[in-house]
Amino acid sequence: MPARIGVVTFPGTQDDTDALRAARLVGAEPVALWHRDPSLHDVDAVVLPGGFSYGDYLRCGAIARFSPVMESIISAAREGLPVLGICNGFQILCESHLLPGALIRNAGTLFINRDVRLRVESTGTAWTSDYAVGQEILIPIKNGEGKFAADEKTLDELEAEGRVIARYVENPNGSARDIAGIANAAGNVVGLMPHPEHAIEELTGPYPGPATDGLPFFTSVLQHLLNPELVDA
Amino acid sequence: MARVVVDVMLKPEILDPQGQAVNRALPRLGFDGIVDVRQGKRFEVELEGPADEAALARVREMAEKLLANTVIEEFRVRVEG
Repeated sequence: MPARIGVVTFPGTQDDTDALRAARLVGAEPVALWHRDPSLHDVDAVVLPGGFSYGDYLRCGAIARFSPVMESIISAAREGLPVLGICNGFQILCESHLLPGALIRNAGTLFINRDVRLRVESTGTAWTSDYAVGQEILIPIKNGEGKFAADEKTLDELEAEGRVIARYVENPNGSARDIAGIANAAGNVVGLMPHPEHAIEELTGPYPGPATDGLPFFTSVLQHLLNPELVDA
Repeated sequence: MARVVVDVMLKPEILDPQGQAVNRALPRLGFDGIVDVRQGKRFEVELEGPADEAALARVREMAEKLLANTVIEEFRVRVEG
């Protein structure tokens, strides 16, 4: 039986279809989850996709964090459920305090929409084990509030514990210490501003390629579900 | 009925690119002598009853939980009137 990967749709979510497609492409069973339904429908992992949940009112992710489905995801994530938050999903994970820090307005205030090169920094998480440490990958970003911010102590802890999972090769938005993505201490929860679900096929991925550098996020979680003990954040 | 105002501002150590953009625009409009501008949010909370200590405690709780993200922001609660 294939692993079931759930993808949450909030009002204002945009990238749920691409995330469901990524799950299907790696051989998982994609499962649509709805913000008002607290049931996780027996999924083995969850993706919080990008977009503008609840119109980004108040702060990005601030309202989504209190939705019925998030209450269930927060409890399950604390029990080890693999959760990947992409862009708005990363913002929701920070607002939920599943991940430290916050995403704030980009330096320069511009919305940035382009392919960026990332350097993978940690493979000891549920979502990054199929990469190599130091590997450079090409993934699109598209956000206005993607600048990662945290106090120095938190940043030092993230670095010391190997919880920075990817850095920008060229920092596009002023993110602290070039951070593009981080993990929780257990390694099951990962947040990433760039969009791996938009880099999974030759036809629609970054051009000129490589076009499919985002796929290993999704194959990694399948490996993790088969061999959970491999994760050593 | 009472009105309680919650002011939410980015912490001083967090860079405020929106405030900076406003600051840079002001001299072009002829407003000189401005050293810095920071932008925040103001919430006006209308209470059913009086703004007593218990009510203010609840407003502070809602500010902590929802109105502000205390990782990056600080807030101030005051009674208007």
